[in-house]
Amino acid sequence: MAWAGKVLRVNLTAGTCASEPLNMQWARDYIGQRGLATKYFVEEVDAKVDPLSPDNKIIWATGPLTGTMASTGGRYSVITKGALTGAIACSNSGGYWGAELKMAGWDMIIFEGKSAKPVYLVIENDKAELLDAAFIWGKSVWETEPAIKAKHQEPQMRVSSIGRAGETGCLYAAVVNDLHRAAGRSGVGTVMGSKNLKAIAVRGTKGVGNIRDFKAFMAATTAAKKVLHDNAVTGQGLPMYGTQVLMNVINTMGALPTRNHRDVQFDGAKDISAEAMHEPRKTDGKKNLVTNQACFGCTIACGRISKIDETHFTVQNRPQYWGASGGLEYEAAWALGAANGVNDLEALTFANFICNEHGMDPISFGATVGAVMELYDMGVLTKEQLGIDARYGSAEALAYFAELTCKGEGFGKEIAQGSKRLTAKYGHPDLSMSVKGQEFPAYDSRGIQGMGLAYATSNRGACHLRGYTVASEVLGIPVKTDPLVTEGKAGLVKAFQDATAVFDSAGVCVFTTFAWTLADLQPQLAAACSDEFTMDELGKIGERVWNMEREFNNRAGFTHKDDNLPKRLTTEPAKTGPAKGLVNGLDKMLPEYYQLRGWDPQGRPTKETKARLGL
Amino acid sequence: MQKSLHINPDKCTGCLQCEMACSYEHHGSFNPSKSRIKVFDFHDAGRKVPYTCTQCAEAWCLQACPVDAIKLDLVTGAKVVMETVCVGCKVCTIACPFGTVNYVQDTGKVQKCDLCGGDPACATACPTGAITYIDADWTGLERMQQWAGKLDNQASA
Repeated sequence: MAWAGKVLRVNLTAGTCASEPLNMQWARDYIGQRGLATKYFVEEVDAKVDPLSPDNKIIWATGPLTGTMASTGGRYSVITKGALTGAIACSNSGGYWGAELKMAGWDMIIFEGKSAKPVYLVIENDKAELLDAAFIWGKSVWETEPAIKAKHQEPQMRVSSIGRAGETGCLYAAVVNDLHRAAGRSGVGTVMGSKNLKAIAVRGTKGVGNIRDFKAFMAATTAAKKVLHDNAVTGQGLPMYGTQVLMNVINTMGALPTRNHRDVQFDGAKDISAEAMHEPRKTDGKKNLVTNQACFGCTIACGRISKIDETHFTVQNRPQYWGASGGLEYEAAWALGAANGVNDLEALTFANFICNEHGMDPISFGATVGAVMELYDMGVLTKEQLGIDARYGSAEALAYFAELTCKGEGFGKEIAQGSKRLTAKYGHPDLSMSVKGQEFPAYDSRGIQGMGLAYATSNRGACHLRGYTVASEVLGIPVKTDPLVTEGKAGLVKAFQDATAVFDSAGVCVFTTFAWTLADLQPQLAAACSDEFTMDELGKIGERVWNMEREFNNRAGFTHKDDNLPKRLTTEPAKTGPAKGLVNGLDKMLPEYYQLRGWDPQGRPTKETKARLGL
Repeated sequence: MQKSLHINPDKCTGCLQCEMACSYEHHGSFNPSKSRIKVFDFHDAGRKVPYTCTQCAEAWCLQACPVDAIKLDLVTGAKVVMETVCVGCKVCTIACPFGTVNYVQDTGKVQKCDLCGGDPACATACPTGAITYIDADWTGLERMQQWAGKLDNQASA
């Protein structure tokens, strides 16, 4: 229960929509969203498929708690083979779209094939149809959402769509819903665009009414909300400062990757921090931050809503950027800022708006610009090639590249390929700060050792949301570990990876794990779905999901050699801060990690491991 | 003593817990499309604003109803739709100047906020205090207090 029990299968080649019952055995084995959709995906898709070919599929999936009163119960994920990485991709988004799909009576939508011309899918409860998208193709996300609502005279529709980046083949294009919430990473928007699928508009009025035990569910969700409320991070830090609460903290501990990871501390960090967003600007006396906002069902409300200074060079005479919209989260502020040495908060906010408007991952975009600026600094790339003086710290270059890249124009076409392909093309592949082709987020693994292993082994390429040991190594959640040592990190990474897979499969936000453990989630899942979801079973499901993703990647051609970090992080010591003199000790952690996982030295799950997990 | 729903949009984050609580209370499911309180998104201003029935003393809906299906709850002051009497003519939805009475296709009746019989689920569910249920005669108390504080500071400055 709590599942809608229905899957919508859309064949874009044939232009058909069909309803099929949800595989309930798989639902018990993989819960929903990330786990369950990945199960469908790996069963149906050849791991060797070209991500941009019609044979790749792409799935929008909710979890059983999506659309319920569980705090943060509004999530959905987009699962496919990633355009940027060639690995399994699973990008998670909040906002209101996921709950709307569930309210319409669907657990997930599986798209197959490729449409001959641009189309969008409209769902009104049981009814689903593909319609001609000629009137929105070429439009931004910010134009597409209102255009669809106006055409259908339905302001309460929710829309998940791609902007220009997904249409023009930017390899890290995002899927965006509700104007500024995004399934951001690995190029899931690129795959959507490659299928000529522009948008999915949903109106659901059926609601979620099949909770197994409503009374127990209301008691469990109320208790869990209290845990969030009473916790310093989820109750105070995140609503007040958002994830940006980390900027000064991570900089102080010498783990803020700066100028393409040349440095681990950024002297401009304070200018782009949460505190700076709260400060009245010198120019107009107003704050960058307007307010905090929540996604569907969320009692944390970490979302930033910002307004750009109307006199700032990026938006002069461009009133379309003067309104409030999604502001800087920590990862975006880092990628658009510290990674490039840019400390202009308004320029960062503008670049972030552009990423939302046109559907582009700000992490991979910002980090790729960091690599471009390093190549410029080395004289490998020139002003003539780039069209602008691209010195580290240039806010003008950042804003210029953002607009070019999302539209696939000029040198932006090359930035849109990501740092791995770009640095290889110009003869310096070692300067791509990425794993499996996906750029690092905002934590330098020389200063936070566990994150090196988390990045190297992440199934979707470098990512902080697969095993966030920052929680333990920096914030002491659930226990404080020393960020500068490698001892014990293999077990820590595995524990975080497995638990996160459960949260990502349930329909709730991983940020709840600042306060919740599996013991807080379990009663909610059990009351909503099935008493088979015990603590033991959930632990096993997390591990099962992780190994299933790993096996897909292995079949796709990845090996233990791809569980690696760029040379810079393992050979160039941190120059300043508490981690001064340290490199990442991946080689000390990886063998132990394989052993704990029950994998052979080549990183392949052994027969015993697979049997134990029912794979 | 009667109480009123009191809404402070400055505290609203747009989480829609109120809409889910309302639909659960009245329809037994989590379903914002059936909620009697709605949160509006004024996107460019960065504001979320919850809105529902104010329970007018001289209620247009009650006056307009041709079959007297809307009754005053003497304890709570709520104007309550009696589903067994309502014929779904929708005249009340036209009469209400604020749009807070609406038709429900599934039932063929109208619905509006009934204050949940004196314990409104939306106020209980609201995590930020944007929706509270307070003394009907003193909905301005908090704002008065704020101004009193400001004036006091001026006097002492």
